[in-house]
Amino acid sequence: MQRIGVFVCHCGTNIAATVDVAKVAEMALNEQGVVHAEDYQYMCSEAGQAKIQAAIKEKNLTGIVVCSCSPRMHETTFREAAERAGLNPYMVEIANIREHCSWIHKDVEEATKKAVILMRAAVAKVNLNAPLKPGESRVTKRALVIGGGIAGIQTALDIADAGYKVDIVEKTPSIGGRMSQLDKTFPTLDCSACILTPKMVEVNKHENVTIYTYSEVEKVSGFVGDFTVDIRKKARSVDMDKCTGCGVCQEKCPSKKTLSEFNRGLNTRSAIYTPFAQAIPNVPVIDRDSCMKFQTGKCGVCSKVCQAGAIDYEQQDEIITEKYGAIVVATGFDMIKLDNYDEYAYSQSPDVITSLELERVMNAAGPTKGHLERLSDGKAPKEMVFIQCVGSRCSDDRGKSYCSKICCMYTAKHAMLIRDKYPDVNVTVFYIDVRTPGKNFDEFYRRAVEDYGVNYIKGQVGKVIPQPDGKLLVRGVDLIDNKQILKEADMVVLAAAIEPNPDVRKIATMLTASIDTNNFLTEAHAKLRPVESPTAGIFLSGVCQGPKDIPETVSQAGAAAVKAIGLLAKDKLMTNPCTAHSDELMCNGCSQCANVCPYGAISYEVKEINDHGVRETRRVAVVNNALCQGCGACTVTCPSGAMDLQGFSNRQILAEVDAICR
Amino acid sequence: MSTLNNQTEQVKEISGVNPLKCMKCGKCSASCPSFNEMDIKPHQFVSYVQNEDIEALVNSKSLWKCLSCFACVERCPRDVKPGKLIDAARQIVIRQKGQDYLSPNEIPELLDPEIPQQLLVSAFRRYRR
Repeated sequence: MQRIGVFVCHCGTNIAATVDVAKVAEMALNEQGVVHAEDYQYMCSEAGQAKIQAAIKEKNLTGIVVCSCSPRMHETTFREAAERAGLNPYMVEIANIREHCSWIHKDVEEATKKAVILMRAAVAKVNLNAPLKPGESRVTKRALVIGGGIAGIQTALDIADAGYKVDIVEKTPSIGGRMSQLDKTFPTLDCSACILTPKMVEVNKHENVTIYTYSEVEKVSGFVGDFTVDIRKKARSVDMDKCTGCGVCQEKCPSKKTLSEFNRGLNTRSAIYTPFAQAIPNVPVIDRDSCMKFQTGKCGVCSKVCQAGAIDYEQQDEIITEKYGAIVVATGFDMIKLDNYDEYAYSQSPDVITSLELERVMNAAGPTKGHLERLSDGKAPKEMVFIQCVGSRCSDDRGKSYCSKICCMYTAKHAMLIRDKYPDVNVTVFYIDVRTPGKNFDEFYRRAVEDYGVNYIKGQVGKVIPQPDGKLLVRGVDLIDNKQILKEADMVVLAAAIEPNPDVRKIATMLTASIDTNNFLTEAHAKLRPVESPTAGIFLSGVCQGPKDIPETVSQAGAAAVKAIGLLAKDKLMTNPCTAHSDELMCNGCSQCANVCPYGAISYEVKEINDHGVRETRRVAVVNNALCQGCGACTVTCPSGAMDLQGFSNRQILAEVDAICR
Repeated sequence: MSTLNNQTEQVKEISGVNPLKCMKCGKCSASCPSFNEMDIKPHQFVSYVQNEDIEALVNSKSLWKCLSCFACVERCPRDVKPGKLIDAARQIVIRQKGQDYLSPNEIPELLDPEIPQQLLVSAFRRYRR
């Protein structure tokens, strides 16, 4: 027989304004096994926890129920408090009367009724709880960083500096990411490559860092502290050890018609290529889809000109299997496709470009060698129009609901740089709001207006109409003057919304990390755990979690590294004792549980079983407790009722249901 | 006041538009081919409905200058669609006059070479029961 204490929290007015907490405590005393009940303003506070501990000791409680917020919030708090008072932490149950009750109801009487029912269910469960003891699992002292942009580079560097091994997996042939494509960075206007490439070199040279470029994560298994990851190292067709990076193969390659991904398709590259001059590693790859040797069998020029004999047409993809304690996702972003924005004539005119394309145009290593010119005829523009919020802040299905956050600042940067370098070019920016929260950000934007004479117009552009003479007729509105504006422009730049890298869905599924409707990875707590995924051992770095600029990305990358280091520094982790186990007398070896198990924790054994005096050899399910995460999928699938979950047994769940229906 | 309120509710109901969704970007006014003819501009339709001043909309020139081309409806990023609001205000007037019915037989005599084709299609779409 259990001796149960029930503790009802007011949560200030969060619960008490909608639920009669005193009544819930009073009703608790009528429940089986309840010997103590009380309510208090903040149960999670020091004083609240002291009340729980005092009651456990004075009344010899064997189990407690806390009626409060979601167990995601404070289950650990109350379990630890109970443990300090000598109670097994798994004898603590939470009745969620905040998220599941007071926050979603208005009527006090009805809400109180529901709170009482939730309390009853929890009490019914505690009556059947048994003390559980967590096991231990080891921690592999190695981290994996998925994505080699500035976020991934910074996270890897910070983890490596703390003395742990880190592997970076980067999909493209070089690390560097989006930042390597940028020309200058706001608000200081330092050259992006000048501040990024030293970091790329540093991470490449670091003795604790291994970089896998042109590689993708293929499979992830295991759990926090002990992940096993398969990495597909795509065939580069170039031997990384032999190649000297001389670049002759790229010069001589006769197939030069593929659009350059690095230059956003504004010019072409050879089939054997490094994305950019400062690429790390400085070893080209052969893009087999555009290589004549691979497509027709004829060519082989690169092999002939390579003095080092590094070209290897026979190279195969390689699978590397490695164990990791922590995984950091740093998959970054891309710009949205503008196919649905015909009104801006993006697909009709080469002189309508995105901001990232303008970065390449402005960059000395870009397709125009840094000269601002129209991509259609190479002429210098005289009138430039920037359009903000293209696809951001949309509630229709063409764009994204969120603010992309970086566009206001980079547009001010572009406008300022153009006015500085080409004072005869008029720059007009159509904006809805100018959003510049950040250190020295608003000052930066004001400089563009006051010192550089950029013409900011509050209003949007409705249509861009390409003219027969090659000009672009821009029809916009000035909402302050309440006038429609017709402007002939030479170039139009669209601040297209950013979105998470599309591959992140696949990666999140492999990691069982949750993702929101916009494909941003969800953090464990929006305010208090912003760099952790709810899935233990998975951390978030950079734009994969939400739009952010470079300084913010770098800070978050450091924060993710600290969290990963905190995990790697532990020698052992406590494992969740709420795992499944199979009753071998009832198991008929049907394999249905193994088929639904997302963690591969169930295997089969053929063993001799003594079934009530009858000795038989049977095939039965066996759960690996280290792999089992206690999701319960097997218990509901098992047709014979052999599978059960410790701490959430079928009996306990049914007792809860009975209590609710009583 | 109550009639005004009523009219605001009517406009919201007929149009199916929630004016609170507007973020005041002005893309509607930037798209409108009749902008220069209008006394109340497309982006202002929304605030007039928000301020429950349907009377002003009903008495405006804009009511009859809108071509129902739906460029604003098509391009509004926030699903506010000012064209639908002015359309709803127009319908209130027309309903008051009991002219909310159009049969195909009546169309030939209403034809005017100056009328844009869209207007006919749009009118027929709206006034056919």
